[in-house]
Amino acid sequence: MKLLTLNFLTCAIKTCKTQASSFPLHPKDSELEIIEADMNLPFLKNILPRLMWEELRLICKELGLPDLPPTAPTPNDLVEGGIQEVADGQQPADEQPSQTAKDLHRVLLETCIQEGKLVCGCCGHEYAVKEGVANFLLPGHLV
Amino acid sequence: MAESDAAGTTYEAEHVHEVYEQIASHFSSTRYKPWPIVERFLKEQPNGAIGADVGCGNGKYLAVNKEVFIVGSDRSTNLVTFAKQHKPHDVVVADNLSLPHPPHSFDFAISIAVVHHLSTPARRVEAVKCILDLLRPSQQGVSGSGGRALIYVWALEQKSSRRGWDEGGEQDVMVPWVMTAKKEKAPKKKKQQPRKKGDETIHGGANVENEPEEKKEEQVETQEAKPEGDKTFLRYYHLYRKGELESDIEQAGGSVIESGYEKDNWWAIASLK
Repeated sequence: MKLLTLNFLTCAIKTCKTQASSFPLHPKDSELEIIEADMNLPFLKNILPRLMWEELRLICKELGLPDLPPTAPTPNDLVEGGIQEVADGQQPADEQPSQTAKDLHRVLLETCIQEGKLVCGCCGHEYAVKEGVANFLLPGHLV
Repeated sequence: MAESDAAGTTYEAEHVHEVYEQIASHFSSTRYKPWPIVERFLKEQPNGAIGADVGCGNGKYLAVNKEVFIVGSDRSTNLVTFAKQHKPHDVVVADNLSLPHPPHSFDFAISIAVVHHLSTPARRVEAVKCILDLLRPSQQGVSGSGGRALIYVWALEQKSSRRGWDEGGEQDVMVPWVMTAKKEKAPKKKKQQPRKKGDETIHGGANVENEPEEKKEEQVETQEAKPEGDKTFLRYYHLYRKGELESDIEQAGGSVIESGYEKDNWWAIASLK
């Protein structure tokens, strides 16, 4: 499971979902693996506004990964040499990912939790991650 | 949990979830071609859009657009194992009535051939509501700017299909999935039509075994594959009649943007009201 996915996951229990403390889920006893993925710069730029930066920083800290920068990068930060202005109707120059983009890609799309648990900060329920897949099925009494 | 709801859960566990776990591998091998309207919907999404595929099965719709990021979910651990190969997306095991997503965090959602597996009207409306609740609401003052969901369900009206269902018929049916025994040498004729083998052969009504006419049809279907070696699994379906999906969406607090019929299915694109 990619760390990006944690940006879109919370506790499956309905009463937790509306509580701020249920997001993000906290990784525990995690085994991480780097699974290489193609770099897609436009994609990375486009998902920036969707990232819950503070929460992703916290997850990285909990996983013992290097600190993310204190503030989220801008699209401009992701392009080597910055985004070049292009006149209307002209093809933009081929943009290359900056080191910031490469780092972000590595953290969000290549760093995967293969085994471990995800813990809800609201109810404490633990969801197992096995072979890279988190299981959110709830026991009957919690549905 | 209400009593009828608990009954629904138990019923679906046996007649839907357990069946998919068992037929996962074979089911997955027959599911690879995306339906045109679903494909169009996915390709229309802008680069970097965030989506959910509720009941993603083997993940065949995760292969359509690599410029968006989709979190797929399915109740079947075995099917999710097939779905996890599709990059750059990700998948989790989850129940569609208890989805592990923060409300209103997705640009789009799809749920293809899933909601018809819920066994009571209330549970089907709830399933639709769970999908709609994933969607981003419209920005203030900009109507139609919110996230959109595409939902597909099997239709009761299937005049042209060999299943023989049509308007006025029984809507709650058990649909067999026939798995031919692996050791059997399939007749050549069968090999040329791989998609037919093991695909749906259909019976109306729950008491399939007691309906001689239907039984006769099944024997015709499976004769060549030596039925004694085959295994038949029955899955529960609620067949939607015309207008019913739209009504479920309204009841779930959504509004229908576009809807229609395609190849034995009703579909609708909806947003939050």
